[in-house]
Amino acid sequence: MLTYLDFEKGLAELEGKAEELRALARQDPAMNIADEVAQLEQKAKTHLAEIYAKLSPWGKTQVARHPGRPHTLDYVEGLIEEFTPLAGDRVFGEDAAIISGLGRFRGRPVMVLGQEKGSDTQTRLHRNFGMARPEGYRKAVRLMEMADRFGLPVITFIDTPGAYPGKGAEERGQAEAIARSTEKCLEIGVPLIATVIGEGGSGGAVAFAAANHVVMLEHSIYSVISPEGCASILWKDSAKAQEAAAALRITAQDLYKLGVIDAVAPEPLGGAHRDKAAAVAAVGAAIDEGLARFRGFERGALRQQRREKFLAMGARGLE
Amino acid sequence: MNWITSFVRPKLDTLLNRRESPDNLWIKCPECGEMIFHRALAESLQVCPHCGHHMPISPDARFDALFDEGRWDLIPLPDPLLDPLKFRDEKRYVDRLREARKKLNRQDAMAAAKGAIGGVKTVVAAQNFAFMAGSMGMAVGDAILTAARTAVAEQAPFVLFSAAGGARMQEGILSLMQMPRATIAVQMVKEAGLPYVVVLTHPTTGGVTASYAMLGDVQIAEPKALICFAGPRVIEQTIREKLPEGFQRSEYLLDHGMLDMVTDRREHRPTLARLLRLLMDQPPEAPKEEEAPKEKPPLLEAAPPVDDIPAEPLPEASGGAQQAAPSQPQAPQA
Ligand SMILES: [Zn+2]
Repeated sequence: MLTYLDFEKGLAELEGKAEELRALARQDPAMNIADEVAQLEQKAKTHLAEIYAKLSPWGKTQVARHPGRPHTLDYVEGLIEEFTPLAGDRVFGEDAAIISGLGRFRGRPVMVLGQEKGSDTQTRLHRNFGMARPEGYRKAVRLMEMADRFGLPVITFIDTPGAYPGKGAEERGQAEAIARSTEKCLEIGVPLIATVIGEGGSGGAVAFAAANHVVMLEHSIYSVISPEGCASILWKDSAKAQEAAAALRITAQDLYKLGVIDAVAPEPLGGAHRDKAAAVAAVGAAIDEGLARFRGFERGALRQQRREKFLAMGARGLE
Repeated sequence: MNWITSFVRPKLDTLLNRRESPDNLWIKCPECGEMIFHRALAESLQVCPHCGHHMPISPDARFDALFDEGRWDLIPLPDPLLDPLKFRDEKRYVDRLREARKKLNRQDAMAAAKGAIGGVKTVVAAQNFAFMAGSMGMAVGDAILTAARTAVAEQAPFVLFSAAGGARMQEGILSLMQMPRATIAVQMVKEAGLPYVVVLTHPTTGGVTASYAMLGDVQIAEPKALICFAGPRVIEQTIREKLPEGFQRSEYLLDHGMLDMVTDRREHRPTLARLLRLLMDQPPEAPKEEEAPKEKPPLLEAAPPVDDIPAEPLPEASGGAQQAAPSQPQAPQA
């Protein structure tokens, strides 16, 4: 069952009607309605293309958070062979919000890290909705160090509302853990390729994304604060999230213009949730391109490139 | 009741023929409610002489108190692109910025200076909470980078005083990018083999805590400062329970292993002088001739054990070989 977003109402009607007709035809094979169904389907497709061609930043926020959107585990399953999960920060615990382990990307060994939101109530709770605790970031630091030692590229998937704002997380040094993870991203002498596949929420996201090459899926978002959070602080009204989403410039397209990200990966028509396989393939191609950019780079050159890229940010604004 | 409130104030009131003292002369301590004469407060570095409560202090006043003989040079900072996103909420960001600049006569929320602390050439950056809640945008990131580069060029340690509500939302993703940018600044200092010391002050939160403010070789905090990633209100909303008293305050972070020490502002100068001389492999600071050490010889002087740091400021003599803070200690010692 596909979940429709509020701006997809017209679409839901068209697709619902088409489905009804198909059901009728199944009951009465004598009925010849193939033309009508095809017409409706064409109409729905055109409508879908129209909606998604001019998705507002708030619309994209909704798509990025769509419950059916492919998550880190979908990309790991589709892109990483011999995936071998590795667990624990060796200090306190294992954080299930962070998928982590070794595997092969197109035959080549890599280290994989990513926030996983979960796909149903049970897994969402288990994954803490993709909100990592300090253990998640410390595990990431440990595994990035390991990757560095063995010369393995690091591939990260970013999909988190943010780091977990919990009592225990603060007690155990959430801020320090995030800071160290960002520091480690900038330090390692192996390629680091980050892809924002859904929500890139603030410091919890940047801790995995201080990378040589940052990709964003076409309708994903990446922001310093959630539109709701920004609206409640600056507008003193969380209902102004639409305005905040626009003002914050959180879309892949704006971030590309700002030079904050390096590539935008196209999504299938109607968003990644309508065709997981296509989304996975697009992300795979984008990661491959990113890795190709840095083939043969020395350790120092990789660090230097990261540094220069981040230091240059902010030199150009949006018109 | 101390002599300021019982004697000076009534006298002054009579002199100026008024009952109510103007706000600029007397400041009420928000913690203990005592009235403090503004000059006394300035001399005690905006620390309440009655209860030790730390009030906000301007970067300039910090520099005056920290650097030897109060001598320092401002480090010129770059002026980044103004309002890169053309941001507006109910007000335009450029207008907010203009107002803050006019009110404080400063370009942005971070100031940097160089001078000597205990004879060690040092670069100090201080975040100004009064300027748009000290928020971290391009200007703050660039200021940290400039200060770090100066430290490297001059082979000087880098001391940073943090104070911020977090990232400057009006600069959107570019404010978030200051987390890696400032981290690169810290890396430059560390790679040059120079100390990076952070002094966290009230409040230090969000992306500031989660980047350069938590990466110090030595982590110091002012007493009772709020230091956190997520603010207490956000956490209470998430976990739906009341947080314990003192949660996310300096002393709590010290207990949880996130800090090296909690130190009264009036002790920053001697503490930093001692630390920097140790880290830079310098002999103990030579005592000034006219003010010979009163107690133990400098070599035997050790930092007080962390547990023993009192909430009240340390008496002047505990600095040992170091020169006392530039001002006379105020009431609590008296
Ligand atoms: Zn007081």
